[in-house]
Amino acid sequence: MHLGSTFTVSLRALRRNAMRSVLTALGIIIGVAAVIAMVSIGNGAKSMVESQIAALGENVLLIFSGSLTQGGARTGAFGAGTLTVEDADAISHQLTNIIAVSPEVRTGAQVLANGLNWSTQVLGEGADYLGIRQWPLAEGNMFTDSDVRSVGKVCIIGQTIVNQLYPDSSPIGQTLRIRNQPFKVVGVLSAKGLSVQGQDQDDLVIVPYTSAMKRVTKQTMLRSINAQAASADGIATAQNDIVELLRQRHRTTEQTDDFTVRNQEEIAIAATATSKTMTLLLGAIAGVSLIVGGIGIMNIMLVSVTERTREIGIRLAVGAHGSEIQLQFLTEAVVLSAFGGMLGILLGIGTSELLSRVNHWPTLVSPVVVVSAFLGSAGVGVISGFYPARKASLLDPIDALRYE
Amino acid sequence: MPAVVQLEDIHKTYDSGEVQVHAVRGVSLTLNSGDFMAIMGASGSGKSTLMNTLGCLDRPTRGRYLLDGVDVSGLDRNELADLRNEKLGFVFQGFNLLSRTTALENVELPMLYGRQRASGRDLQTRAEHCLQIVGLADRADHFPSQLSGGQQQRVAIARALVNNPQVLLADEPTGNLDSKTAVEVMGVFQKLNDQGITIVMVTHELDIARFCKRNLIMRDGRVVSDITVADRLFADAELQRLRDAEAAAKLTD
Repeated sequence: MHLGSTFTVSLRALRRNAMRSVLTALGIIIGVAAVIAMVSIGNGAKSMVESQIAALGENVLLIFSGSLTQGGARTGAFGAGTLTVEDADAISHQLTNIIAVSPEVRTGAQVLANGLNWSTQVLGEGADYLGIRQWPLAEGNMFTDSDVRSVGKVCIIGQTIVNQLYPDSSPIGQTLRIRNQPFKVVGVLSAKGLSVQGQDQDDLVIVPYTSAMKRVTKQTMLRSINAQAASADGIATAQNDIVELLRQRHRTTEQTDDFTVRNQEEIAIAATATSKTMTLLLGAIAGVSLIVGGIGIMNIMLVSVTERTREIGIRLAVGAHGSEIQLQFLTEAVVLSAFGGMLGILLGIGTSELLSRVNHWPTLVSPVVVVSAFLGSAGVGVISGFYPARKASLLDPIDALRYE
Repeated sequence: MPAVVQLEDIHKTYDSGEVQVHAVRGVSLTLNSGDFMAIMGASGSGKSTLMNTLGCLDRPTRGRYLLDGVDVSGLDRNELADLRNEKLGFVFQGFNLLSRTTALENVELPMLYGRQRASGRDLQTRAEHCLQIVGLADRADHFPSQLSGGQQQRVAIARALVNNPQVLLADEPTGNLDSKTAVEVMGVFQKLNDQGITIVMVTHELDIARFCKRNLIMRDGRVVSDITVADRLFADAELQRLRDAEAAAKLTD
């Protein structure tokens, strides 16, 4: 017998018990749907975190000033205050694989405009900052290198500041007073929304770091340095180069380092680890239901073999080989689970869609999961169909025909 | 006439625990093409075992069995299955049709297990032809549950015919049927036999055996008599007689 007839025979057998076939497949349908829906939810959460990490910028390296040990007591992060503008210049000029650098200082400050006031975060940055962060402007222009050099009184502001202080007219060209110093607004940042931690990323004012240091914070040290590597592949080398350069400049060793260099990838890995674990957990729970569905198929196939002993006897009597009987029952199991798998995929995708519409959960149906859920269900069919099929193929035709 | 079936000193012993059951003790038998034989005997006489051996469902413990010139004693499970498929047709007492499967699909069944590839179209044509032979062409898409016992048995006969077998084996084919339907089924067998098909059937009803050409009686695993039926019954005449009797019964009412 060729494969086509086996398929015909199996389909006919399944059609004879249509209701039971559907109920048997239900286990697989639910299992596959659960796997797809759960993994989609997990992936959705992961991709949200990833997009927020991407919002950090492209190929970004962050250099923090580290802690300092003084008389046995260690200061916290940024406590060392050892990063200087010269460090930033050295990184910018001496390292060829760094294409952009932005020294950073930040402070909280009260800002005023139009008779309104608002407490916000003031960042001092270089002219390349927005390029590094991949953060486009909604309006106006970024301040320039010459503004930085001339300690210019210019600033760009986030959407929240616009909403709070310039409710009626465009802020471009208007004055913003930071700690009573007038700054001219030259640009408005596009909205970024909340961060993973729930912080408003649009509640900030960016001024040239020179202006921030001399006019606002009156500090001489940098909080951190943002640097951009030339390529994603070059990040690790660039990181090593920065560490080496700074150790040379600060005369430190690995044990006494007063700075920390983090690359975006490390930050991303840490942030996505949680959601990855979540996805894995959800997928594993759903996987259990897939296995339960498989056991359901095995159960029904075993009952079916007993119930259809006489049928098997007839088939053997008219010339079926044991292997053909085995193939028939195996095909039935696989058809059931593949059919269930396909319906499960539709149901799973539908469920994810529904969840993201109704609950506004981010879901992401990945083709890899769909394909592997389908292959998984077919595999479950093969495994759970094998034992009953084997049992059927070993029946003796005379006994099987006599079976009541 | 060439011999289709040749049994030479067939023995069959069943090993059921401590006791050895000697079901068939040395049966020799020749069936020629066109034979129509009834095997009779009490239960335990070995007729079922002999039938299973003839049907290649079971192998003899000892002896030689030539089917259409091929020695089948030494064949394995799959080779026997192929032989059953190509050279033998089976009709059972309980009809043994697949439930919830149309008459046509039931008849197609043996062809699905044929070693030769046949197209779906071809399968259907042959199955329809066989249903026509047994007079059920108009019931092709009926399920067994929608057919009477006699019709079901005729579907089973059509199934047995579909691969053009050398020998048709019937195990108490009329056992579950009333006497009139039994005669009708015997009529189908007689018609097939007239067309040259060799038929072997097991029965315990003497009057059914009289429709055959040859009666073999078994006792304790041995053949005790093998006679040609002298006063053979013919189904057409018998059916006419039954109809007349029924009509007469109504007349006298």
